[in-house]
Amino acid sequence: MKKLIESLSVIEKKVLPYLEGKSISEICKKSNLDKVSVLRALEYLQNKKIIELETEKKKVVDVGVNGALYRKKGLPERRLLFLLKEKRIASIKDAEKESRLNPEEFKVSLGVLKEKALIEIKNGKIILSASKEEISKKSLEEIFIESLPIDEDNLTDEQKFSLKNLLKRKNIVEIEERKKFLIKITSLGREVMNSKDISKELIEQITSEILKKEQNWKNKKFRRYDITLKVPKIHGGKRHFVNYAIDYGRKVWTEMGFEEMGGNIAQSSFWNFDALFTAQDHPVRDMQDTFFLSQKTELPEKRLTESVRLSHEKGVSGSKGWNYNWNEEEGKRMVLRTHTTVLSARTLADTKKEDFPKKYFAIGKCFRNETVDWSHGFEFNQTEGIVIDPKLNFRHLLGYLKQFFKKMGYEKIRFTPAYFPYTEPSVEIHWFHPEKKIWLELGGAGILRPEVVVPLLGLDISVLAWGPGFDRILMDYYQIKDLRELYKNDITQLRKMKSWMRV
Amino acid sequence: MANVKFNRAVFEKEIGKLDEKMQERISLFGTPVESLNEETLELEIFPNRPDLLSYQGFKRSFLSFLEEKTGFKNYPFNKPEKDYEVKVDSSVKDVRPFTACAIVRGLKLDDPKIKEIIEIQEKLHATVGRQRKKLAIGVYPLEKISLPINYKALEPDKIKFQPLESQKEMSGLEILQKHPTGKEFAHLLAGKIKFPVFTDSKGEILSMPPIINSEITGRVSLDTKDVFIECSGFDFFVLEKALTIIVTTLADMGGKIYQMKVKDKVTPDFKTETLNLSLEKTNRILGLELDQKNLKKLIEKMGHNYKDGKVEIPPWRMDILHEIDLIEDVAIAYGYENFEPIIPSISTIGGENSREVIKRKISEILAGLGLLEVSNYHLTKKPDQFTKMGVSEKEEFGFIELESSKTEFNIMRKDLTHYLLKILSENVDSEYPQKIFEMGRIFFLDKNKRIAEEERLSIAVTPGNFTDCFIISI
Repeated sequence: MKKLIESLSVIEKKVLPYLEGKSISEICKKSNLDKVSVLRALEYLQNKKIIELETEKKKVVDVGVNGALYRKKGLPERRLLFLLKEKRIASIKDAEKESRLNPEEFKVSLGVLKEKALIEIKNGKIILSASKEEISKKSLEEIFIESLPIDEDNLTDEQKFSLKNLLKRKNIVEIEERKKFLIKITSLGREVMNSKDISKELIEQITSEILKKEQNWKNKKFRRYDITLKVPKIHGGKRHFVNYAIDYGRKVWTEMGFEEMGGNIAQSSFWNFDALFTAQDHPVRDMQDTFFLSQKTELPEKRLTESVRLSHEKGVSGSKGWNYNWNEEEGKRMVLRTHTTVLSARTLADTKKEDFPKKYFAIGKCFRNETVDWSHGFEFNQTEGIVIDPKLNFRHLLGYLKQFFKKMGYEKIRFTPAYFPYTEPSVEIHWFHPEKKIWLELGGAGILRPEVVVPLLGLDISVLAWGPGFDRILMDYYQIKDLRELYKNDITQLRKMKSWMRV
Repeated sequence: MANVKFNRAVFEKEIGKLDEKMQERISLFGTPVESLNEETLELEIFPNRPDLLSYQGFKRSFLSFLEEKTGFKNYPFNKPEKDYEVKVDSSVKDVRPFTACAIVRGLKLDDPKIKEIIEIQEKLHATVGRQRKKLAIGVYPLEKISLPINYKALEPDKIKFQPLESQKEMSGLEILQKHPTGKEFAHLLAGKIKFPVFTDSKGEILSMPPIINSEITGRVSLDTKDVFIECSGFDFFVLEKALTIIVTTLADMGGKIYQMKVKDKVTPDFKTETLNLSLEKTNRILGLELDQKNLKKLIEKMGHNYKDGKVEIPPWRMDILHEIDLIEDVAIAYGYENFEPIIPSISTIGGENSREVIKRKISEILAGLGLLEVSNYHLTKKPDQFTKMGVSEKEEFGFIELESSKTEFNIMRKDLTHYLLKILSENVDSEYPQKIFEMGRIFFLDKNKRIAEEERLSIAVTPGNFTDCFIISI
């Protein structure tokens, strides 16, 4: 019993003394609470078995939007009548203007007054025919409006008549179905109401005011809380799950001593392809595979452009090159970058010998002109790393790959030969899927070809590079089967999505 | 990317049982196993190795890799006989300037072999041939044609022959307009005044490259024993290599190779190239400690010959541009699985891009305020970007269009807001209030009409707590 009383909330306590045989609106008045709070309090009390609530559905007549307004300002016909009381006679036009009624209200008012024989209309003029008493007497409708709300079942004949008239007019009265509550106090409820403990003051909420002064809290009790109650869901904010993963990738790279490269998504073909020794007739340079933009851009400085040209046409550093005429205009065409390797190419061109050793990485969106299905998208995330130093070799590349993928959660991996236009030797990284029992491709890597490094860096050294797609890693982790899920933006799903957690 | 399918039974008979170990050897040779079932082994062949696109070519190199037959495989060939000649007319100069041709005799063909010949042509067309643009191949039964051959260009209406899969004679233009293959490749001859043709000494048209062969003189059948092969295109080096790949495949099927006189050359010339391979550089780049003997053994496993620091490269290899390509071959022969991965002892300081640091800070603050981050495509649609945002067609400007997009999207997003509103409209079923944000790149043309990119933040918050509204209505 004591516990029960200690668990009563403020609103419950407030309504408790006024429950006996009262309507909701009466309880509101007495307890000085709004209807929402009273209803809530009643519900709580019912849950605690202090009262029993029975609901009864009733049709209630109440004022509508216009009705509420007219209750304050008077019905339109009343306002017109007052105007005529002064003038006794007026042209319809003037009356409409001076009465400040809208055309509809005015029309209705004329009709109503005419029907009640309070006015006559002759030759476009309104003539008042009502006596003083008739003017000052409240109409049935007015009385009715003032008396609202009334249960439909309790209407008198007069009221029914008024209702019928008013229903013809716009939004003056409404018939609503309302729930009516019948409150029954249980025996437990009686006990609670009669208990001495009910008047004890409990601490509802901690405030700094309470805590500051000892007398405010010493020997006082907290109200009990029911922790089994259902509470509203709070959807906390969070980042998009892809970005959590990308941030983790970023952490892995920086832990390994790599500096982040940034750069544009729209790039010239020169940087995206030519600088990476991708011949101008290579299929990836078709509009079928790559998004081209109609804009063109300038090529970089002549020295660089010419050494890239040489690399393609005749080859550099002992290479045969691709043996064709390299076209400058083709290099100026803008594309949406097809790989983050374009950032590596630009970075290589900016790196100086004095800066060695250098390690760079990038994570970002890349694009290909492709229709979307479960495993392919026209946008994808790629991550990219390069290591620049004269002393590097193939085993170092494999060492970094092993370390990188281990940190990304892939223990059992293997390396197989591969082909990319800009690396040699090239490597494909495979991961052994423990459930599917097959090797799945994780990404590509290699040592950048001299035809790439020499024109950009001016030196013939081994530059290690790898650029695994990031989406496969994401999909594995979040167990997403369809790539399109990454861009679905289903708010319910995003709220439920687990966060990236890898230590 | 090209996949090839080999007959499993033939593979197991001639190369070895396709157990797990063999499958791993195949992958470590640089030809990933795409699929394997009772009948077929499917491999992916990387674009640098068109010489592996036929079963014969693959077998040749793979057996060497397995150390069955290492080193350079020599193919005997015969000098051109009388009339083994292709006369190249100067009229082809502006259309399709080069051809490389050969004759192979004494073939015993069956259906699988004919299929293999057709397939290697198609694979070469699709890869090094750049969909027949750079290279087109034709194979003809020698018994139906009379030597020597002419390669020339004619006006389209003067070309009349019955193309493959057709019942009647058609003109050059008709083929491009009506024949299915003609329509598919018509763009390769678009705008040309004359079309190239091969004719025999009687003036019979054999084919109109790179489009189609004649039904009469250009269809290889089970009765065919001797064939004439031509490769036409724009890069003689590529033609010669492709021809070598085909004739060696046919030789491996039992044929005898005959060269032909083509203009002032003799093709295929089987000339091998020699490149230096430095032991020191190989060891430096691979991180190994090989000696000369090891190096010789490894590079010969990959089908090359090696002597005193020089590598003789087989004529069907198209991918050796530089010493580094040979070093990769050494690495493959050594086995990628045998390299011990190590981390080099170099020290660098890591760091994030400052832009990303700021973005993360902002997103953390917003997430702390209860906002949910969303992620949209960088591409968008004009109606979403403009019309639905109340921008009339006249006011659309400064956006960047994509050329020939295969997707439903045709422009780059100019702002993030329209995407956020779209998300709200698609999520009316999710509980309210909804509070979302996105940070990302937007694209527009600056005042100099150049493409500009900017990072943007966009936030959308829906009003109200809808559960409260329910209580009020009781």
